[in-house]
Amino acid sequence: MSGDRDAEGVGAGDPLRVVPTDAPPSGACRRKGSFTPSLTLMGEHDLCPGCGEPLALRQILDSIEALGQAQRAIGVVGIGCYTALTSLMDVDLIQALHGRAPSVATGAKRMRPECLLFTLQGDGDMVNEGLQEVIHTAARGENVTCILLNNGVFGETGGHMTATTVLGQRTKNSIEGRDARLHGHPILIGDLLARLDGTAYVARASVHDAAGVARTRRFLDRAFTSQLKGQGFSFVEILTMCPTGWFIPTAEGPGYLDRELGAVHEVGELKKDGVLVGG
Amino acid sequence: MTASTERRLMEGSEAIAEAAIAAGCRFFSGYPMTPFTELLEHFARRLPDEGGACINAESELEAIGQAWGAAATGARAATGSTGQGLSLMQESMSEITRAEIPIVVFNMARGQGDYYQATRGGGHGDYRHIVLAPESVGEAVRITQEAFHLADRWRHPVLIYGDYLIAHTAEAVSIEPIDFATKDPLPPKDWAVDGRLGGTGRSRNVNPIGMEKGSKGIDPNRFWQALSDKEDRIAAAEQRWEAIGTEDAELLIVAFGTLARFARAAIRDLRAEGLRVGLFRPISLWPFPSEALVRAAAGCRRVACLEQNAGQMIDDVRLALLGSVPVVPIGGISTDPAGFGIGALLDAERIAGRARDAYHGREVPRGVVA
Repeated sequence: MSGDRDAEGVGAGDPLRVVPTDAPPSGACRRKGSFTPSLTLMGEHDLCPGCGEPLALRQILDSIEALGQAQRAIGVVGIGCYTALTSLMDVDLIQALHGRAPSVATGAKRMRPECLLFTLQGDGDMVNEGLQEVIHTAARGENVTCILLNNGVFGETGGHMTATTVLGQRTKNSIEGRDARLHGHPILIGDLLARLDGTAYVARASVHDAAGVARTRRFLDRAFTSQLKGQGFSFVEILTMCPTGWFIPTAEGPGYLDRELGAVHEVGELKKDGVLVGG
Repeated sequence: MTASTERRLMEGSEAIAEAAIAAGCRFFSGYPMTPFTELLEHFARRLPDEGGACINAESELEAIGQAWGAAATGARAATGSTGQGLSLMQESMSEITRAEIPIVVFNMARGQGDYYQATRGGGHGDYRHIVLAPESVGEAVRITQEAFHLADRWRHPVLIYGDYLIAHTAEAVSIEPIDFATKDPLPPKDWAVDGRLGGTGRSRNVNPIGMEKGSKGIDPNRFWQALSDKEDRIAAAEQRWEAIGTEDAELLIVAFGTLARFARAAIRDLRAEGLRVGLFRPISLWPFPSEALVRAAAGCRRVACLEQNAGQMIDDVRLALLGSVPVVPIGGISTDPAGFGIGALLDAERIAGRARDAYHGREVPRGVVA
């Protein structure tokens, strides 16, 4: 992916062994281990094939657990496809209105500073409906972590243009592709928030490939750690596939994300410890 | 004993903030707007000392969102504005009611034009929440404390309908913490989020649509039935009113909030003239004390609805009485040039004149009272 500002490698350690499927197995099938995240209540969900949100959610839950925060985490959830995932998340949750999660998280954090507070929002939720909420929460330096699942469309309504839809992207209300003269320019929310003095950590990740998923996890770990240190507002934007809302075959989702969304919303860390990266 | 428990002259805004703090309120958030502003000022000054937090929100949308989050952790939390700001909050009021979050919301209204907004469920969807309307600073001190109790008692929002006079009139009051919970023990707040049940399979989801952890989809019928049953129980249990001189009244004035105080003075004068006039004052606007009004109006020739708006509460009065007594409006829109709701109707002599007309069956002028 172009513009990758994160230099750390992934895939260290043993590579996954390829299991031959062209011949019967040598022995009876045995369970080798459980790969279900321990903070999920069920192993299934109702989201579309090829959706990136479950991948992102798993990284969030794994990060919370790895940091020892499973019994201290409170999530505030916006409204989008990912809302359907919340019944699977075994952490305390508050369901907020579309766009309003940062405010709700603010009130909860002020009353429970010992808890790890995070929001889960989509691009329509955060960058369209709730832009002023996230900006003011960041500017106040609220010690919460806002997580944006950015797929550049309103997925739940069936593929409509949001504030992060990239130029040229076809949606149901930008049929010929987003045109700046007609629809304006996409908002690069991470870049916008990084400029605010109240933000301590800002990063943009992606789940379009294994390296991206591993990077997502690292960025989440750093954002949560920043909150645990009391550094102020932290923010992780995660680019997620939405082949249904992009009107492309499922298998083409990761490539489309990398090529189209990733070229505009560049992956990497934008701010660490309150200092702009490369600024 | 702190200084506030001594009886002293206190502006309504300060008294209400002190009463809320005495009731355990530890979170407030708001956006300045006359005549609500001083309430925000007092919370901002006092809450940090009490280990609480007061946030100057960037808008009323955020103010109620922040109170929502604070209350969802089990803290006693409040927000407020004037009716205009409350309009912005209605989306959240609806969701908070359905999510069963106990918060207290103050409307320091500009007059009484927000009656519908307060009592009809001013936002989307099907819901009602408790609305209490004090007539004086002293009563506001008690009602504010009771509001926090009722919010926790029912896991339901409580709106306090005040106005410019409640906010800005100084009265001699003392702020004694009132113990409601000994007589009426509150249920534990085991629904509130604290993070501790994460990973146990019993974590919580405080939500307004009936989602349950570990199950896909929702059961809307069960969810709505439970909410509807609760609102029925609130409606039966929480009606509050005051009735004065209703035993022999020929004319019954129905008025709420500070306007009822002016009506009280008017009735004293009318009684001195030999006119048998009584007062019925709903204190809970929702649930509206319908049965009590029917009893109070029994034997009256006429019921006069006195409200500082174009006629809103009169709907509830007529619905309660179901045509058994003629109901005539004797109020009207009445305001000052700034629009704060300080109009010519706030005058005992003027009210007495309009009530006298109604008493004698004469027509009371309709429209704006200037």
